Amino acid sequence: MSSSTVAMPPTHYLNNGLTLKSWLFTKDHKRIALLYLVAVTFFFMVGAAFAVAIRLELATPAGDLLSDENYNRVFTMHGVMMVFFFLIPAVPAILGNFLIPLQIGAKDLAFPKLNLLSFYIYFVGSLFTMYSIVSGGLDTGWTFYTPFSTVASTSAVVPAALGIFINGFSGILTGLNFIVTIHKMRAPGMTWFRLPLFVWAHYATSLIQVLGTPVLAITIVLVAAERIFGFGLFNPAVGGDPVLFQHLFWFYSHPAVYIMILPAMGIISELVAASARKQVFGYTFVAFASIGIAVIGFLVWGHHMFVSGESVYAALVFSVLSFIVAVPSAVKVFNWIATMYRGSVSWETPMFYVAGFIGLFAIGGLTGLFLASMGLDVHLTDTYFIVAHFHYVMVGGTIMGYLGGIHFWWPKITGRMYNDLLGRVSAVVIFVGFNLTFFPQFVVGYLGMPRRYHAYPEEFQVLNVLSSAGASVLAVGYLMPLFYLAYSLKYGAIAGDNPHGAVGLEWNTTSPPPTENFKTTPVVTWEAYEYPTPVEGHVV
Amino acid sequence: MRSGTPLFPEAASTIAPRVDALYLFLVGLTAFMTILIAALVVIFMIKYKRRDPNSIGARIHGGMALEIIWSIIPLIIVLGIFVWSTGIFFDIARPPAETMNIYATGKQWMWKFQHLDGQREINELHVPVGRKVKMIMTSEDVIHDLYVPAFRVKADVIPGRYSHIWFEATKAGEYHLFCAEYCGTQHSGMIGKVVVMEPDDFQAWLSGGVQEGSLASAGSKLFQDLACNTCHRPDAQGRGPVLQNLFGKTVTLASGENVVVDEAYIRESILTPSQKVTAGFQPTMPTFQGLVSEEGILQLIEYVKSLKTDMPVSAVRPNTGGPAPNENTPAQAPPTRN
Repeated sequence: MSSSTVAMPPTHYLNNGLTLKSWLFTKDHKRIALLYLVAVTFFFMVGAAFAVAIRLELATPAGDLLSDENYNRVFTMHGVMMVFFFLIPAVPAILGNFLIPLQIGAKDLAFPKLNLLSFYIYFVGSLFTMYSIVSGGLDTGWTFYTPFSTVASTSAVVPAALGIFINGFSGILTGLNFIVTIHKMRAPGMTWFRLPLFVWAHYATSLIQVLGTPVLAITIVLVAAERIFGFGLFNPAVGGDPVLFQHLFWFYSHPAVYIMILPAMGIISELVAASARKQVFGYTFVAFASIGIAVIGFLVWGHHMFVSGESVYAALVFSVLSFIVAVPSAVKVFNWIATMYRGSVSWETPMFYVAGFIGLFAIGGLTGLFLASMGLDVHLTDTYFIVAHFHYVMVGGTIMGYLGGIHFWWPKITGRMYNDLLGRVSAVVIFVGFNLTFFPQFVVGYLGMPRRYHAYPEEFQVLNVLSSAGASVLAVGYLMPLFYLAYSLKYGAIAGDNPHGAVGLEWNTTSPPPTENFKTTPVVTWEAYEYPTPVEGHVV
Repeated sequence: MRSGTPLFPEAASTIAPRVDALYLFLVGLTAFMTILIAALVVIFMIKYKRRDPNSIGARIHGGMALEIIWSIIPLIIVLGIFVWSTGIFFDIARPPAETMNIYATGKQWMWKFQHLDGQREINELHVPVGRKVKMIMTSEDVIHDLYVPAFRVKADVIPGRYSHIWFEATKAGEYHLFCAEYCGTQHSGMIGKVVVMEPDDFQAWLSGGVQEGSLASAGSKLFQDLACNTCHRPDAQGRGPVLQNLFGKTVTLASGENVVVDEAYIRESILTPSQKVTAGFQPTMPTFQGLVSEEGILQLIEYVKSLKTDMPVSAVRPNTGGPAPNENTPAQAPPTRN
């Protein structure tokens, strides 16, 4: 292991230009990743503030804290902020941006200016959506179901929709950038099957971003057109079909779930391998599981609509495909566990996040089987069971993975170590708080409590109070890293190039890396996760 | 509706125990798999804990046999669940042939129910134990969803369409009725209760209260008021198709297409009559958009359904048991207009 006496490299991407302009106009993928880190963290905080308001309101059965109108605006904005401005960009735009060039031995992404443009598109999109909060709010739910969103809602639907529309192009361009980079910029010897699984996961994610997001953009334009000009697209009073909207919306928004979870799975593959100092078990199966999930994930959107009046035979096909897409996810989990077998398993923070991810994702994935079961979905859909399920996947899965990745690569990003004890404690607090918050929601959902209810029957109160109490624990867990990571920026021990003793090209350069990433172009002669590393000068 | 803190919902329909059985199986599977996965993670973390900071893991690349085993076994399990759950779903989604029908109309933010006998209710639905009840539902504005957790059924209630749920209640009592599809400001206030009664009590309830005549007779009155009867005559001499015995039949349109005369087709023919004109007729019917409410349309539909013979509706006894097909009635001759 590196000792704490190592010094920071004299020049690196962080001190190569200290002016504001050098940050705001940077074309360095690492600096752009940090711009995203700041923005995405901000939107997480905004989304979390809305979550606090929701859980406070639901602590009592009566709708007494917020008016019904405001409650609807609050849960809508919680969803919009978390889905479009936090979960979808979080891992790809921050860690993907930072790591893909480093992991494949490239100097930058294929299109650095496009990368910066993506960030500003995201920024402008977020401004429109934030504007909708102050100009009347948005009360359609993040799902924008028609004809409510196009005819009935009196809230600021168009600015919010415009923001999401604009933001979509950020994801499309980032995805395009990743695909081209992974195809064309790999270092000599970095064959497809030597790529880290993080890169495979991002390749699969990018395919979804590029192919799926335009459908969302079109759908949002149609909603705006109907709202502004009264086109009869979705409003049945003028000849439209409201269910058509749901097909278009979920055609993107179901794959969007995989945009959120696949990159987090990529992180887990990296963290398991590095924590166990062992090759990922069944590398090719894990890699193709990502592609399989991305492809089948495009064909399951109808499982959101089993009670929406789609034909029972269409429902049949969507159901069986939804069951089948569970298999590659299960394969990944089994391979991660097998990777730990006879490893040298670290007990540092990243491994704690990995363990948390696997536990929560297992529950999130298995409860997906309940919802793919049509006979059961009729009862469960639109209840708190759904809310619990997707939070287990998106929050328990994606955020655990994201935070695990942030901790694991923090020394590479900043050159400093955080307090590892606090890191482990935060992982445990988040895991416990998360289960306290969302497990009761499975129970109250099967009891029949519908989602998006401002007030609810009294017999559901105890479970809701448990959930709200859990949310306060969860909030502490999420705030902790903010403080000790910020503290480490100035006071953390110098990390050295490879504090984890991990393999992977990103650990073969300085921490923080130089602007050009590598002093000389690396030549790869080894397989992914090959321990002990054959790289000269590597400290294990 | 119960007080206290229940952890499992009441089961008050014939389908509920079947849904619960699948649920409990899946809870068991989830618990087993989660505990297995968590145990393996914890055991491997402890057993293979890194003791020497320079140690590395064993060189193991993978194993084809294991990959196949842990792909195929989950696949078989999930396909088994698929078959099981689909059987339940088909029984939920496809109502039996003979049902007691009740019409439901959702609007922001209330539920309106119309029984065939003419009783109308708001946010309260009375049904008997032991009868197969089918709700025929539509919305006046946005999408709603009629959900009765104790029956384990729900379906979206969609403007411009008719959707269905059906159930057979097994236990008298009062149960929650929720709107499960977010519908705007007072979505969480769009609730009510289902009152399940013993058959005798239900009959007493049906015959109590204000009698406005059956739903079909209300439809008959509307049919006269809107002057539908000047063109749709029972004697095939009118300018519009004969409606007697029409419901459930297949008709050929001017376009050559065949359509089944169901609730949706009748609604469409009232609101946009020129869309699907029966072959042999001129598109002369005006639209009744804005002239007749969703509830009025339901009354007209029930009236058309009641036209099983060429007797006037007032002579037909109110029918609480749903459409009673009269196979002995000779079919009307198709209109001949050349």
